[in-house]
Amino acid sequence: MAALLEVTDLGKHFGGFTALEAINFSVAAGERVGLIGPNGSGKSTLVNCLCGTLRNESGSVRFDGRAVDGLAAHQRTRLGMARSFQLPKPFASMTLADNIRIPLLYTVNARHGRHLSPAELDERCAELLQLVGLAGKARQRPRELTQVEMRKLELARAMAAEPKLLIADEAMAGLSHSEIDDILALLSTLNERGITVILIEHIMRAVMSFSERLVVLVAGRKIADGLPQEVTRNPEVVKAYIGE
Amino acid sequence: MRAPTFWLVASLVGAAFFGLSLLVPNQYYFQAGYVVLQYIVLATAWNILGGYTGYVNFGVAAFFALGAYSSVALYKLAPLPIPVLVLIGGAVSGVVGLGMGYLTLRLRGAFFSIATLAMAVVMQTLITNWDYVGGSRGAYILRPAQVPILGNYIVYLFLVMLILSVIAIGVARSIERSRLGFGFASIRDDEQAAEAAGVPTLRLKLVATTLSGALMGMAGAPLPYYVTYLDPSSGFSLSYAVNSIAMPLIGGMTNWIGPLVGALFLGTIQQLATVTISSALNLLIVGLLLVGFVVVAPNGIVGLVERLIAAARNRR
Ligand SMILES: Nc1ncnc2c1ncn2[C@@H]1O[C@H](COP(=O)(O)OP(=O)(O)O)[C@@H](O)[C@H]1O
Ligand SMILES: [Mg+2]
Repeated sequence: MAALLEVTDLGKHFGGFTALEAINFSVAAGERVGLIGPNGSGKSTLVNCLCGTLRNESGSVRFDGRAVDGLAAHQRTRLGMARSFQLPKPFASMTLADNIRIPLLYTVNARHGRHLSPAELDERCAELLQLVGLAGKARQRPRELTQVEMRKLELARAMAAEPKLLIADEAMAGLSHSEIDDILALLSTLNERGITVILIEHIMRAVMSFSERLVVLVAGRKIADGLPQEVTRNPEVVKAYIGE
Repeated sequence: MRAPTFWLVASLVGAAFFGLSLLVPNQYYFQAGYVVLQYIVLATAWNILGGYTGYVNFGVAAFFALGAYSSVALYKLAPLPIPVLVLIGGAVSGVVGLGMGYLTLRLRGAFFSIATLAMAVVMQTLITNWDYVGGSRGAYILRPAQVPILGNYIVYLFLVMLILSVIAIGVARSIERSRLGFGFASIRDDEQAAEAAGVPTLRLKLVATTLSGALMGMAGAPLPYYVTYLDPSSGFSLSYAVNSIAMPLIGGMTNWIGPLVGALFLGTIQQLATVTISSALNLLIVGLLLVGFVVVAPNGIVGLVERLIAAARNRR
């Protein structure tokens, strides 16, 4: 399988602090990858560098056959990368339906050969909210949601962009057992439809059941990359998790 | 209401208003009305960047005065009809808005606002040192006393500003529920989330600064003909910025009605105070009203009315 995402020697500093150092990994089209690591190991920073929210000082990112290093975040989204934010960032003044409308208007409708009519837009907004279990709340505003619902809104907004690669940054924290299963089922369905998924998660049950491969970050470095069963037996990984 | 219907209704309301105003015998009302209408344009223009997009521009006076000074410069060169001056003033201030956008829009929050204020100071210094437009001494404009058909020149200026108000409100309203309006709102709510959703935030902010600046320049272009004497300290007066920000704040910033209501309300009070007490009170009035509204109606008059309607509905 051809690599959809290829990260080479990626490095990121915050002032004198090295958040990411020489990260190399690739993700094949259609793959389900779990990205794990203790708190503060640089997972969200890596997502931000991949998606263009932050600029990495060194290294490069290739996506879908082209280097995306110079591209702004919105251009990468239009190419087919979408992500949820770990700390939800809803559009606070808009209804939930309008939150979903933004990526439809600015990503789906900005791609060649697509133009959703106003009726189709409304329909897509409703479908996506339905998919994450927020159907009854289309006309409410984010401030009326619980933290858990906000995470679902984050996911719905990322999915609205019809991505090739979906990165879910701790979308399941705080969810109940059955809600986690719902989201996992949703991600699996998306994956079966051909969407590549990177799942960042602390809940090991979820990561282990979903991922075909695990990438482990510790203190800004990749310390393991491989089959889940092998990675979790890796002494370095065990040490990082027990040491936490 | 669909866009063409809205334009039709707005034009009819404007025409009816103008027709009725012709029944008023006293020229003073046209002078006062001109100022109120000018603030409808300024407040609506400010709100496109400040209310819709969330970028607070303190440099209103610069865009307004550049429109006015474009007219002064052209007056010296060759006399042109007011509508042409309006277009030119709008173009000049629009280009300056675009330039300001490029220079400052990587700044956020208070830093952006301070940069716009600094830009206004720089512009004022440049104009004050430009002798061709009168420098610090100011410039006199000789205007004809009469125009064909309408008669009085002030009535003509009043009509021009009325048409500009209708245009500004129409533009603001058509942005609101459009793709552009949704993009602006996403920038106001969260710029990182907007980018992640595919919104080209930088380009949209440039559209907002250009559009907002152009409308302010258009509002300023007829000013020299209205005052007949313009100097930098009056053209760049701080009260333009204060009022243009206060009006949307008082009226409401999330839709086109807010700046309109705020400008009518505050503008009228200021005109009344100017005749009955003194124009020196105007800024004090603004200050007191702002404090009052922050406490009683933080979302402006429009927000207050919406809340009352919702409450009445719930009671039933
Ligand atoms: N914008 C920032 N400025 C400075 N330091 C940051 C910033 N973002 C993250 N960091 C630091 O980088 C490290 C990695 O953070 P993060 O990527 O959020 O970790 P994770 O998502 O794995 O928990 C942490 O030490 C964090 O404090
Ligand atoms: Mg994180």
